[in-house]
Amino acid sequence: MSTASHPADAGDTDGAAAAGTPNAPATRRLPLAGRLAPVLSRLGTTLLSVGLFCGIWEILWALDIADPKLLPPPHIFLGSFPEQAKFFNTAQRWQIGVGLNTGPSPQGAVLITILASGARVLVGLLIAAVLSIAIGVAIRYFAAVEKLTLPTITLLSPVSPIAWLPVAIFLFGIGNAPAIFMVVIALFFHMVLATIAQIDGVSRNLINVARTMGASKRQIYGRVIVPAILPGMLMVLRLNLFGAWMVVLVAESTGVGYGLGQVIMLARNTFNPSLVFFTIALIGLLGFLSDWVLRLLQKKLLYWVPQTAGVLRGL
Amino acid sequence: MASRSTKPFSSRDAVVCRGVGKTWSAGTDRAHVALRDVDLDVAPGEFIVLLGPSGCGKSTLLYLIAGLEDTSDGEIWAFGDRVATPSPDRSLIFQETSLFPWLTVWQNVSFGLSIRGEPAAARKEAARQALQRVGLVEAMDKRPDELSGGMRQRVAVARALAMRPKVLLMDEPFAALDVQTRAKMQDFLLDVWRDSEASVLFVTHHIDEAVALADRVVIFTARPGRIKTIVPIDMPRPRDPFSAQSEALRKELTELMRAEVDRAFAEQEAV
Ligand SMILES: Nc1ncnc2c1ncn2[C@@H]1O[C@H](COP(=O)(O)OP(=O)(O)OP(=O)(O)O)[C@@H](O)[C@H]1O
Ligand SMILES: [Mg+2]
Repeated sequence: MSTASHPADAGDTDGAAAAGTPNAPATRRLPLAGRLAPVLSRLGTTLLSVGLFCGIWEILWALDIADPKLLPPPHIFLGSFPEQAKFFNTAQRWQIGVGLNTGPSPQGAVLITILASGARVLVGLLIAAVLSIAIGVAIRYFAAVEKLTLPTITLLSPVSPIAWLPVAIFLFGIGNAPAIFMVVIALFFHMVLATIAQIDGVSRNLINVARTMGASKRQIYGRVIVPAILPGMLMVLRLNLFGAWMVVLVAESTGVGYGLGQVIMLARNTFNPSLVFFTIALIGLLGFLSDWVLRLLQKKLLYWVPQTAGVLRGL
Repeated sequence: MASRSTKPFSSRDAVVCRGVGKTWSAGTDRAHVALRDVDLDVAPGEFIVLLGPSGCGKSTLLYLIAGLEDTSDGEIWAFGDRVATPSPDRSLIFQETSLFPWLTVWQNVSFGLSIRGEPAAARKEAARQALQRVGLVEAMDKRPDELSGGMRQRVAVARALAMRPKVLLMDEPFAALDVQTRAKMQDFLLDVWRDSEASVLFVTHHIDEAVALADRVVIFTARPGRIKTIVPIDMPRPRDPFSAQSEALRKELTELMRAEVDRAFAEQEAV
């Protein structure tokens, strides 16, 4: 790729050496641009994909097919940002004698709402991950734990998280706790089962190597099984991230204080389609960003996992 | 049979197999016999090569001696003790790569030492020495997926050596190497073997390798594996692969093997 853009390299006598490190000449000449180019191109395709979707919507609006009162196109629901943002001032909204126009600035209100929802997702995800990996490992480690807990966990795992909503409210009332509880309960059972499946998939050879070297059961779990299941567990975490976002929105719609779910509920009750779509756009963006953060984490933490995506793309 | 609470075999025998058999998935409808009636005595410092058609149970026998699997019949003793669990005294080099992908080369080599709780500096030094023996000191800080298949196998050999085992079980360790590298590795293995005074049980499909290395060659029948014959090789090392004696041995082993391989194929076609 870079040899094509630098024809001078093509005639080099050490062409073979240059081919071994195809990026070396490019990064030497354009250190920043070279690194930014792939990021920009990926951002470009994302924008293109979103733009295509919005464009069709706008055209439908221009042709009078999409009714702006029901399906307001992006330029309408994004254009009225300050107008929409004041609804995010959810903490004050319920208080008597406080006007809609007091409190934090519109931007501030949006930020507070996003941070509140995001923190619930993050805390819930963390608690669920730690709990389920710990229980999953304990189930394989101690036969007694397996006998006592696995049947119940298997039985409860197909229960829809929505069914847990009343339980969350009975137990925790209103506030952050029920929303976090909902995330944990929605992810916990699946992630325990996923952990067990990952443990069972660890290469027998690796375990046998540790056994021939005199490793104890605890050392085999700590030094072989846990690192070996880490890549799979991070993938499971990524897949469950979107689930966590969905559950948080449901939990928040019951009234928590601040939160995107509550804004959606308000939009529904006041029949405000612009606000619905504005919030959906925000949620989409947040989900995308949090997945990106997890992907970065995956790359940093799992330095030894080879990147097959490049090979697949080359097919 | 006498009571098993006593030690019937002297602690001077490195490995003793008595009537060893292994049935995989015993008690299910998938049960099949991989090994039957194996009697084998290995002296300390002896170099044994195991030859036999594919699927005859050579790897299985090494697993049993390593203590990774339980025997279905018979007993295995090592230095006077009944083999029941794995032990660092008996190192197994696996047929497939078995390096930990999340550890660097030197951390892989010193994994067994870290299990014993040795400090990092001592481990690194021991790893360096072991890697020197296989000519891979430069690769110390690389990760396994940055190595070629042959290099990975050499790291596995270094890892086994770092444990200073009394019995070295090697399951086709050089199968993935080119002819030249394999010849070098054989010389190197003989050096290490002479220094360490360990007993070696070495599985291979290469008759040349058996002739170059073995004190005794154990030939297995097709599945279920039984010992067909044991061919002693009384030749000083280093051996000349082109000598008349080597030539004659190769011919003898090839003929012994051919009958079994033919039988193994006939059996597989019948299935
Ligand atoms: N873990 C296992 N579970 C069930 N059956 C097994 C297992 N390992 C080996 N076997 C069976 O035992 C028989 C002997 O296998 P083994 O791996 O010992 O053969 P081998 O002599 O090492 O063959 P090769 O030369 O191809 O490596 C085969 O029929 C195989 O299918
Ligand atoms: Mg084998």
